[in-house]
Amino acid sequence: MSFWEYANPKRFMALSGASLPWLTALTALVLGVGLIWGFFFTPDDFRQGSTVKIIYIHVPSAFIAINAWLMMLVTSLVWLIRRHHVSVLAARAAAPIGLAMTAIGLITGAVWGQPMWGTWWEWDPRLTSFLILGLFYLGYIALWEAIDDADTAADLTSVLCIVGSVFAVLSRYAILFWNQGLHQGASLSLDKEENVHDVFAYPLWTCIIGFVLLFVTLVLLRTRTEIRARRVKALIARERMA
Amino acid sequence: MPDLGTYAVPVLSAYGATGVIIALLIWASWRRGRKVRQELHALEGRRKDA
Repeated sequence: MSFWEYANPKRFMALSGASLPWLTALTALVLGVGLIWGFFFTPDDFRQGSTVKIIYIHVPSAFIAINAWLMMLVTSLVWLIRRHHVSVLAARAAAPIGLAMTAIGLITGAVWGQPMWGTWWEWDPRLTSFLILGLFYLGYIALWEAIDDADTAADLTSVLCIVGSVFAVLSRYAILFWNQGLHQGASLSLDKEENVHDVFAYPLWTCIIGFVLLFVTLVLLRTRTEIRARRVKALIARERMA
Repeated sequence: MPDLGTYAVPVLSAYGATGVIIALLIWASWRRGRKVRQELHALEGRRKDA
């Protein structure tokens, strides 16, 4: 069976309906284990003290905030090229999750930054591009709400998504382009020298997997709602015409 | 509860804010899902009856 057959709303509803209960249970398990492990069973850092525990929510939320936009970029391109409604509805479903993750990333970063950097906020390239990414999420959601015709809204939001991708990429790689920022480099890397110690890295990886599962679960749940909402709109229009 | 020392307030407020935002997101997604599903069932029921 081809991957594209899942672009059929009926097939998507059947597959997502069957997998959602399992995914929800797995998300609760992995996220619960990761957060409890990180919060209760990891030592303080010799320099950051107990504020290092913020890493278990800050890094996964920032990771999802950036990658949710990249997922939206791929599904928007699928819409623009192949006109599959499910793909653009998945992008629409992912946007509020991305916005929530951006808010968590900004808040936890500020709360950590105050005692560690001595400031809540700095116009650092990475922080600034991340804030702009948050504004793009807001604009994307507002644009969907502002346009009545679903296909026009899908076209325009897809173009906005392509433009906003610059800031998603900048948020991830700004640290490599500019050196004047306060934000430190990657906490997890394939380069062992750059990596945080294993005692922090293992629970952090668990939390990242938990946040990814949470994202997938919520996207499936919200995409199902968007598909149903589209059907409701179509039925109401048919009733009016009859 | 681990001893968070002088940083108890920032650590707990970061976890608290995250918990509130994620709970709101899950609640809003579930609530809208339920509302739209009920709307769709009502519309399809009306269509079958007609």
